[in-house]
Amino acid sequence: MTAALTKIYIPRDTTACSLGADRVAAVIQRHIEKNHLPLEIVRNGSRGLYWLEPMLELETEQGRVACGPITPDQVDEFMAAASWRNIDKHPLYLGLTEDIDYLKRQQRLTFARVGVIAPTCLEDYCQHGGFAGLRTALAMKPQAIVSCITDSGLRGRGGAAFPTGIKWQTVLDTASAQKYIVCNADEGDSGTYSDRMIMESDPFSLLEGMIIAALAVGADRGYIYLREEYPLAEEVLNRAIEVAYANGYLGGAIAGSKFSFDLELRLGAGAYICGEETSMLESLEGKRGEVRSKPPLPAISGLFGQPTVVNNVISLATVPIILARGAEHYQRYGAGRCRGTLPFQLAGNIKYAGLVELAFGYSLRDLLEDFGGGTRSGRPMRAVQVGGPLGAYLPESQWDTALDYEAFIEIDAVLGHGGVVAFDDTVDMSEQARFSMEFCAIESCGKCTPCRIGSVRGVELIDKICAGKAPAQNSILLEDLCYTMANASLCAMGGMTPIPVRSALEHFAEDFEVATGPASRPSPQA
Amino acid sequence: MGLASNSPLEHEKLVEGIIKELQDLPGALLPILHRLQDELGFIPPALLPVIATGLNLSRAEVHGVVSFYHYFRSSPPGRNTIQICRAESCQAMGSRALEAHAQRALRCKFNQTSADGEFTLLAVYCLGNCACSPAVRVGDEIYGHVDAAKFDSLVAALSTSEVEVK
Ligand SMILES: Cc1cc2nc3c(=O)[nH]c(=O)nc-3n(C[C@H](O)[C@H](O)[C@H](O)COP(=O)(O)O)c2cc1C
Ligand code: SF4
Ligand code: FES
Repeated sequence: MTAALTKIYIPRDTTACSLGADRVAAVIQRHIEKNHLPLEIVRNGSRGLYWLEPMLELETEQGRVACGPITPDQVDEFMAAASWRNIDKHPLYLGLTEDIDYLKRQQRLTFARVGVIAPTCLEDYCQHGGFAGLRTALAMKPQAIVSCITDSGLRGRGGAAFPTGIKWQTVLDTASAQKYIVCNADEGDSGTYSDRMIMESDPFSLLEGMIIAALAVGADRGYIYLREEYPLAEEVLNRAIEVAYANGYLGGAIAGSKFSFDLELRLGAGAYICGEETSMLESLEGKRGEVRSKPPLPAISGLFGQPTVVNNVISLATVPIILARGAEHYQRYGAGRCRGTLPFQLAGNIKYAGLVELAFGYSLRDLLEDFGGGTRSGRPMRAVQVGGPLGAYLPESQWDTALDYEAFIEIDAVLGHGGVVAFDDTVDMSEQARFSMEFCAIESCGKCTPCRIGSVRGVELIDKICAGKAPAQNSILLEDLCYTMANASLCAMGGMTPIPVRSALEHFAEDFEVATGPASRPSPQA
Repeated sequence: MGLASNSPLEHEKLVEGIIKELQDLPGALLPILHRLQDELGFIPPALLPVIATGLNLSRAEVHGVVSFYHYFRSSPPGRNTIQICRAESCQAMGSRALEAHAQRALRCKFNQTSADGEFTLLAVYCLGNCACSPAVRVGDEIYGHVDAAKFDSLVAALSTSEVEVK
């Protein structure tokens, strides 16, 4: 008789691995084999407490306890000294994982299983509430499913915050023999990684959300459009799709029903614009990722001209819990027109970087200070970019703004996909504004002039202003250009690039004066 | 990257096989280009007419697609491809200095290959590793908190020849 093995968890997630989690796992494995230890390694996803990665967890009678951040060298010692037998004496001991303050203060709905389960273990998924939403949906009429999503108040988490239920209703109401569900997994916004985490750490929740969407609107084919920059997510998703097919959750007769749904993963090819939904559809059709003019809406004429639901990873991965717990439960979180939770992603120069899922309504300052703990460099924080490369740079005077789509629009900013990138006082905001224009020039699909040409002119104008060449006149020209881009671009790429540029000019005007060039500033890594 | 031989005839056979396997997928062109680049490391321009014929497209259409996407390349890369994230979160943690350092160390600019053929340097805009910026990707490995010293040791570990990184 062998004694039951104790589980030891080591995350397999891009960021955890970039900090050495694979090497930690290899060291532990070596010790287990050499000394026949009664331990079993489980590669879970990451809880998203990234400043604690690599973080290992051990199963105990009290629950899972954590230790971290632990380097491969430290783990060697940890195993050699059999520290896992009395882990609570270890200097890196963090106590019960669930009681870690950073985690405990969150409201994890979409991310409830992330970091808890082994990502592609179907049994683990089901034991933690997986497919409860699908079971509920299978017993409902399509209209009832759509109404449930509408009532929940869920708005698209990809950035535009369009009500998901209304989009689904349009697809349901458009008669067609062929409809599609397309998951936007292009996650191009800098400072964001929540889609990646779902795909790497709880991929079945995304699959389940897509299956429910298909049931709701009457689609039988789906695609996940994943960016090429996410090799681990690609591997995990492909494995999850394989497991789902093998267990009757994809293909014909899903979960024993009459309903069928086929799903395929497709890779992008390094184009930010392909995150824009119509450009993504072009790309899926095998073409250049040029933005389509709307109308028609993709919900009416989308992929291959058929009615198509296009939703972000987080929107879709949130669907199962809404079905499982009910619309009423979900919409109880948040306030006003922002219901439910948003997974914020703390990034850039921040001490405690990580994923923070919160109901709407906290202030940005709560996030930056209570969770983020200030800058990583220890210098004063000066600017925060929220909502990706097309989002505004916010000075401290705006940090008390509530994390709420409408409150952000009111200050000419966006919440977008929930990325929060902090900068310390070494930042040169003229460089940041210049980069926004440069990025637009690099990533423009080229279809319309304000964006394609305007962005190039924008870079030139900022260079002139900072070099002291007729700064007053060129600033007027730059504002004119921003006005044109904002009002005459076909899509939000050109249309929103002025947001970060204008915010930098408005709130950090001193950085555009000749005297304060980058050379006079200390390096951020000092 | 697998390696079929480099003869044009072999390339043609390879792409014909890939087309045969994937042409029935709806919107097959991107999957075909991906597979080809996985195999060869790049999309040889000489193969565009073969792909065009196979998919019943014009050569201009295929060229238009290949050239639209940053990821597809028309010339072979070095033995290792190093991507440095240039996006905002990494900027906040010193990626501008890292970019400059990398170009000095490898003595090549972005989109170029070092003289010894070891490294191709590419820009990337976010690797989803923004919680530990600056981020760098080599092949399918992603590295976090990369400063100049860490970059140098990474390069040294990857070098097959004895190069001094300076
Ligand atoms: C330039 C640009 C880039 C975008 N990138 C993404 C992206 O990477 N991921 C995403 O989900 N949505 C992105 N969007 C938003 C999509 O166009 C679309 O609104 C979204 O996929 C709809 O899904 P949702 O309603 O679930 O958010 C982008 C939009 C624009 C204009
Ligand atoms: S705004 Fe830019 S990205 Fe959007 S359609 Fe016009 S050129 Fe293309
Ligand atoms: S901005 Fe560099 S990894 Fe995201």
